[in-house]
Amino acid sequence: MIKKLTLSAVTAITMALGGTAALAAGEGGHIEDVAFSFEGPFGTYDQQQLQRGFKVYMDVCRACHGLQYVPLRTLTDLGYSEDEVRAFAAENFEIYEAETDEWRPALPRDNFPAVSGEGMGPDLSLMAKARAGFHGPAGTGINQLLKGMGGPEYITAFLTGFTGEEREVAGQYLYENTAFDGGWVSMPPQLSDGLVDFDDGHANDAHHLAEDVAAFLMWTAEPKMMERKQAGFIGVIMLVILATMLYLTNKKLWAPHKYGKELDL
Amino acid sequence: MAGIPHDHYEPKSGFEKWTHKRLPIVSLLYDTLMIPTPKNLNWWWIWGIILAFCLVLQIVTGVILVMHYTPHVDMAFASIEHIMRDVNGGFFLRYLHMNGASLFFVAVYIHMFRGLFYGSYKAPREITWIIGMLIYLVMMATGFLGYVLPWGQMSFWGATVITGLFGAIPFVGEGIQTWLLGGPAVGNATLNRFFSLHYLLPFVIAALVIVHIWAFHTTGNNNPTGVEVRRGSKEEAKKDTLPFWPYFVIKDLFALAIVLLIFWAIVGFMPNYLGHPDNYIEANPLATPAHIVPEWYYLPFYAILRAFTADVWAVQLVSWVTGGIIDAKFFGVLAMFGAIFVMALAPWLDTSSVRSGKYRPAFKWWFRLLVIDFIVLMWVGARDTNFPHDWISLIGATYWFAYFLVILPLLGVFEKPETPPATIEEDFKKHYPDAPSAAE
Repeated sequence: MIKKLTLSAVTAITMALGGTAALAAGEGGHIEDVAFSFEGPFGTYDQQQLQRGFKVYMDVCRACHGLQYVPLRTLTDLGYSEDEVRAFAAENFEIYEAETDEWRPALPRDNFPAVSGEGMGPDLSLMAKARAGFHGPAGTGINQLLKGMGGPEYITAFLTGFTGEEREVAGQYLYENTAFDGGWVSMPPQLSDGLVDFDDGHANDAHHLAEDVAAFLMWTAEPKMMERKQAGFIGVIMLVILATMLYLTNKKLWAPHKYGKELDL
Repeated sequence: MAGIPHDHYEPKSGFEKWTHKRLPIVSLLYDTLMIPTPKNLNWWWIWGIILAFCLVLQIVTGVILVMHYTPHVDMAFASIEHIMRDVNGGFFLRYLHMNGASLFFVAVYIHMFRGLFYGSYKAPREITWIIGMLIYLVMMATGFLGYVLPWGQMSFWGATVITGLFGAIPFVGEGIQTWLLGGPAVGNATLNRFFSLHYLLPFVIAALVIVHIWAFHTTGNNNPTGVEVRRGSKEEAKKDTLPFWPYFVIKDLFALAIVLLIFWAIVGFMPNYLGHPDNYIEANPLATPAHIVPEWYYLPFYAILRAFTADVWAVQLVSWVTGGIIDAKFFGVLAMFGAIFVMALAPWLDTSSVRSGKYRPAFKWWFRLLVIDFIVLMWVGARDTNFPHDWISLIGATYWFAYFLVILPLLGVFEKPETPPATIEEDFKKHYPDAPSAAE
């Protein structure tokens, strides 16, 4: 009976895999795995890394990319106090109030502003979930369980994947990038060694900067990741207990009909 | 309810009698729950309960999600992010609903293939089977409508492609497509009507599920031997059956707990595993994604849709005979719906006198091939259409039709089936030699 149940479950999983394997088709570019702290069922965000990545975003990315879905108040997740967030919002961003037709300093309740216009890049709020780097093994994508979707790896690989080659197409400059699907992208290389300095003197070569900002963007895309995993563990533990109890109940219930005797449990 | 003889509800107290005379609802519930069920049901029979659970899960999570969702092209995508970030537990509800759809389809496919193997569709259960196929169709529609609501890139382009299928119908296609979309292209009117229908259809499913249960409670469950429960008397029936409560309810709940364990782990630890990354990019009518891929549960039929291209001779023949009215595109649409339609016709296409595949030596192999075919079609449905994918889809689609239209009818004539056990009791005793002769 357990054998058949297992078979049944295996069928279910195979079917799901067949489909996902399918989804993995046709991605371009070369993505290297990075051992981020938040991967796997036990993974958590590293607040220090998020703070560094946040600084990279503010110093570099922000010029052309918005984070329109991220509320400023959630920056407390990074370890800042409410007062720090309030001060930061007021110092760095202005919000247009349609009612009064005036610009006012941003408040914690506001989101990061959207950035749009000529030459500006896409919004980065969800970028880490909008790019999948991993599809293995054998196209099943099952290694996402341990490595994550690969979005932050894609961002890291993209930011450090510029070869230095450039060309002009119809008046627009394109830059060669080994991670980008198609190989040529309109965003120029941004990160270089030592571009951003950290107060704690953390390593700031281009690759570390890329990893840090990728981690920060994973947080902007999935701020509730740690709560989600926690709920996952609680649910799994409770279901193991429930399944065990139901298994024993079922066994005892059927025993007289299968074996002609009562079971002592 | 008609069917297997069993003890019915007897109102005892004055209050029970008073109620029973006016509204026999307790009697109805009692008879439904205590229905005699073949005691040899195996673990493939658990998926019905899991499907019922999925329907409830999707309705409950869906009703709450609606409280925070805004069906407008400018606000839908942001309102999903609002659910994910600001609503208490919203991220988990949304992931449950997203992955709940996948669980629903995993369960329905296993449930359907269970029915196809054990001959559950055969007389006298044809209506149960047909209602089941209707439920499956409405599920496909509901899943598709729901996938459009987050208003991501795949939502938008999926809606464009799928409604485009109706545009392939000769003469009236374009009109139907415009009518479905509420305009010349996917837009706010489309999102609003899809939202409305996505909320409505689950209740249609619920109604159909009641009819589905009613139908097989009238005929009695099928079982792995395909042998009917003896109905001469209550005593005879009791030798073959046990009441649904508590024996099968507890068994099914145990199975449900195991399935939910895997489901919960996926939601908790890899909730975007079955989704498409492009749906985290807001819908943009000006930028077509490189690959438009439907959700995994549509892929086998999507593969059949794409299999029949203009260079397939059958397509050319049909096109020539109909004077070009049925072109390759419309042929594909007909093939896709036809693939589901031939499945619905299985009760009349299967000519074998033996119900269960367990006792059909040749059928077993053709059936296994059908399951493999289904998985291969699912895999190839998400690939591009270059060689060898075009050939794989064409062979896969051909086998699908051949199984139902040729193999099922012929097998009944040429195959020499083994003899099934005379009774369910005999089968049960083969598994459990110590089982007592007369069940309590």
